[in-house]
Amino acid sequence: MGRFLKTVAAVSLAVAGFAGVAQAQDTIKVGVLHSLSGTMAISETTLKDTVLMMVDDLNKKGGLLGKKVEAVVVDPASNWPLFAEKARELISKEKVSVVFGCWTSVSRKSVLPVFEELNSLLFYPVQYEGEESSRNVFYTGAAPNQQAIPAVEYLMSKEGGEVKRWVLAGTDYVYPRTTNKILESFLKSKGVKQEDIMINYTPFGHSDWQTIVADIKKFGAAGKKTAVVSTINGDANVPFYKELANAGIKASDIPVVAFSVGEEELAGIDTSNLVGHLAAWNYFQSVKSPVNDAFIKQWQTFIKSPKRVTNDPMEATYIGFKMWTQAVQQAGTADVNAVRQAMYGQKVRAPGGFVSVMNTNHHLSKPVYIGEIRPDGQFNVVWKTKGPVKADAWSKFIPESAKLTADWTYPWVCGNCEKPKFN
Amino acid sequence: MRVTAVAQSRMLPVRRHLLTRYLLVLGFVLFAALANPASSRAQSLADALSGLIGSDPKAAATALAASDDDKAKAALAALMQGKLYKRLSDDAVVIAEPDGDDFVITNAATGDVEDMLKAADIEAIALDDSVKAELAAAGVSAEAKDDTPADFAAAVNGLIADSFAAKGKAIEYLTGLSDPRAVPVLRALADGRLFTRKTDGAVVIAERSGNEQSLLLATTLESAGNASNAELDPVVVNNNLRIALRESVARLGLLSPDAGLRRDAARALLGNATPDAVALLREIWPKETNAAAKATMGRALAAADLADPATDKNRKIAAVDTLSGATDLQVRSLLQGRLAQEQDADVKAALEAGLKSVQRKLSVIGWVANLFQGISLGSVLLLAAIGLAITFGVMGVINMAHGEMIMLGAYSTYVVQEIFRAFLPPNLFDLYLVAALPVAFLVAATVGVGIERGVIRFLYGRPLETMLATWGISLMLQQAVRSVFGAPNKEVANPSWMTGSFELIGGFDITWNRLIIIVFCFLVLGLIALILRRTEFGLHMRAVTQNRAMASVMGIPTARVDALTFALGSGIAGMGGVALSQIGNVSPNLGTIYIVDSFLVVVFGGVGSLMGTLVGAMSLGVINKILEPVAGAVLGKVVVLVAIILFIQKRPRGLFAAKGRSADA
Repeated sequence: MGRFLKTVAAVSLAVAGFAGVAQAQDTIKVGVLHSLSGTMAISETTLKDTVLMMVDDLNKKGGLLGKKVEAVVVDPASNWPLFAEKARELISKEKVSVVFGCWTSVSRKSVLPVFEELNSLLFYPVQYEGEESSRNVFYTGAAPNQQAIPAVEYLMSKEGGEVKRWVLAGTDYVYPRTTNKILESFLKSKGVKQEDIMINYTPFGHSDWQTIVADIKKFGAAGKKTAVVSTINGDANVPFYKELANAGIKASDIPVVAFSVGEEELAGIDTSNLVGHLAAWNYFQSVKSPVNDAFIKQWQTFIKSPKRVTNDPMEATYIGFKMWTQAVQQAGTADVNAVRQAMYGQKVRAPGGFVSVMNTNHHLSKPVYIGEIRPDGQFNVVWKTKGPVKADAWSKFIPESAKLTADWTYPWVCGNCEKPKFN
Repeated sequence: MRVTAVAQSRMLPVRRHLLTRYLLVLGFVLFAALANPASSRAQSLADALSGLIGSDPKAAATALAASDDDKAKAALAALMQGKLYKRLSDDAVVIAEPDGDDFVITNAATGDVEDMLKAADIEAIALDDSVKAELAAAGVSAEAKDDTPADFAAAVNGLIADSFAAKGKAIEYLTGLSDPRAVPVLRALADGRLFTRKTDGAVVIAERSGNEQSLLLATTLESAGNASNAELDPVVVNNNLRIALRESVARLGLLSPDAGLRRDAARALLGNATPDAVALLREIWPKETNAAAKATMGRALAAADLADPATDKNRKIAAVDTLSGATDLQVRSLLQGRLAQEQDADVKAALEAGLKSVQRKLSVIGWVANLFQGISLGSVLLLAAIGLAITFGVMGVINMAHGEMIMLGAYSTYVVQEIFRAFLPPNLFDLYLVAALPVAFLVAATVGVGIERGVIRFLYGRPLETMLATWGISLMLQQAVRSVFGAPNKEVANPSWMTGSFELIGGFDITWNRLIIIVFCFLVLGLIALILRRTEFGLHMRAVTQNRAMASVMGIPTARVDALTFALGSGIAGMGGVALSQIGNVSPNLGTIYIVDSFLVVVFGGVGSLMGTLVGAMSLGVINKILEPVAGAVLGKVVVLVAIILFIQKRPRGLFAAKGRSADA
């Protein structure tokens, strides 16, 4: 009897093992390429958790095409060359169908050749400088015309305070430099003179803002309404805002509109002195919509903390993931070429309100919101576009780019052409 | 008055005639409402509204007038004011409030704000004059009832309007009441602390208390218990309204019994006072007793004189004179602005001269400010480097995990703050920083001893291995903190005594947190000097620094001195972390920001010399700050780095090299 039991146990173990193998072959793998250590961990860890939440939710609803979805998480450790290595590992070794990842533009530029060489798909969820459209990347964050330009237009309007003088302050790397280049030529096209624009760059993690804040104060005291457009990224924001608050610069004197500061970043700052400073995004946690309520609840349940906030890159990850699942269901396969074709025109009811649409330039149509910082670290929406705005992959305000078109459907089939490839 | 009375008596018969018709309509409406209250009322409203753009607008208007529905009343008032429109896209009847170039559109049938439209998208619903007269006779006035709140409480409730334009009006009205109770309400509105309570719609002022908000009823300023964030809806304002609010608060502040507040109020009015505020200023200025407040008010009046085109030439020149006595960025910008617009040659010359004198004073102040900022940066560097100077100096250990000791200190501050928030009454909260100091010292010192006893003591005399091992420890500590507290930044609030700034001389503000950190840094330095010079432990430490072997022979327990030295160095770094949490972010990467700068300071100042560390930190700080406006932050840092490398070529041991036979042992 004992022997029989043992045999049964052995057989069932073996069967279970086989079943495990069989199941492993019956999964769709999703790669997650976000830094979990190093400087960018502060922002990217949250996005990793967002993808895991979406995968978890999908599996609870029965998976995709009858298969389970499995997330493969790697840590590129805020190290740009390592991003490329880890991307290669995900695609070649782990055979993932799609990758959700990257935050900084430099990491995206580093993995781009890998995705193009191995023909895989990357969903990039962060607002960025535009000027790019790859066949292998879907950009679900904002392009400059979905964030920077509307924000500046708002500040120029009567409602925004009719700003006449501009400080463009940024961290010294590709995103702020390109965005400021676009903004500068935009401002000049609106008749702003060179002497009314001050541009300032600081290194990553800059911590002593006394001089720059004093300079801004001086620049703003020239008798014309002044605003700061901040593309300051990452850790440097906290000391910047603290210095602003202590120097007594109120939002009603010199408003600061930021493109890289959201709910997650404000969680590290005492915001009672920052009330009224602005941020431009395609999503705020405070947006009132049933989809958003559900999204926030899903996130706080998944992360097991009612205090955790949601932000724009998380929403972009959510939209990207939903679109990818819909595209896979529509194509009936997770094959890269079929999914890419099914992505065009894919629609998702987004937490930020409205319906987001994937365009043939691999960018989204999304609404733009301007929010003001509240004492509790959330934002009050003070202005929004009437509907979704279509992203321009190439800026109209840079002469070389204005000529280029990104359209990956026939007859263009190109990310940066002046003429269609087929005609 | 008499004319209206006559008009009213003449219209009485008409009114009686209308009254009977209303009663009929009212009866019908009541009947319908009884049959199916909610939907029929909505239906009759919708019918009446669509009737307005139909064939018989008069009947529809009368039907509206008969309704006791708030929405119907609002629609009727809008109709009388000419604010009722037809939306061309769907022929809906809407109320349009002008807001800038656009209109805020409220659906008259539902009362919901729906969108913003251009004038071309809507068409006004005009009413026959005769109908208008009839309605007016029936007591329907062009003024909506809500527009004239009777008292303070009603005015406060008016602040929760839908559009920014309506809110602006409510603010104006509230200010016009000249009620001192309005000041806290308006201030709360500007600071985003005004909410409506979801349970009963009451307007409340919220003040953070622990993890909840303690509430004050805005209408009576009485306490209204506590509530969580989820139970409150913020009253949204934008920056334009905030400017209006500031002016309002200032205007009310002029009447305050506190001279400081009166002065602040006058300052806020400088260059942007409305005619009302100027009139008020003129009235109270001669009666002002406080000299500082009087001077500020005088300047605000001078600015108003300058801006007024009706002022004669001599008075303008006198005004310029008054203004150029000030050293204030605001005054400079004001003078610049006037100079660009002024036509008269004499006034122009006076303006130019005044501007020059203000400029001169400001540039001197600019240098003083640069110096202060340099010392402030130097004090931060000093706090970060002091502990390193001790461990590096005494033990010759290159401790790459030193930055993480600073980080641990900052996280200790965060934990102490959370404990204070959760368990202690809010009025003790400001003391949390003081309590955090010993906690941070102990936490960092304990971890420091652990590292020394567990790793470093096995590696003495092998600097490369020590460096690698401590670097590994630093990565482990970072990731450990990330796992425990999470990757995002943690919020550490400044206690109220470290918030804000004061003006030393006009145009030069010293922020409290910077000043306190400078003082704190010198206290720490003094404390260490005392320990080194006056205690037995200090004597042992110095002996070990000078000659380890000899000290050991003399019976000094060198191993114990090593451990204690490391504890002291780490503990001081922890205290530095408490200070740094007040100006920077508290994140797992906090230490890495400061480690490079700390090494620069120690190497530049001279290894093992407190004096060297002090001079090194201060000179690096000041040089950085003088270079920054000229060369920019990025290039400034590069220049400093290159300068230090060149300096070390010339003096390898830094500014204050330790002297003696065994200095290189």
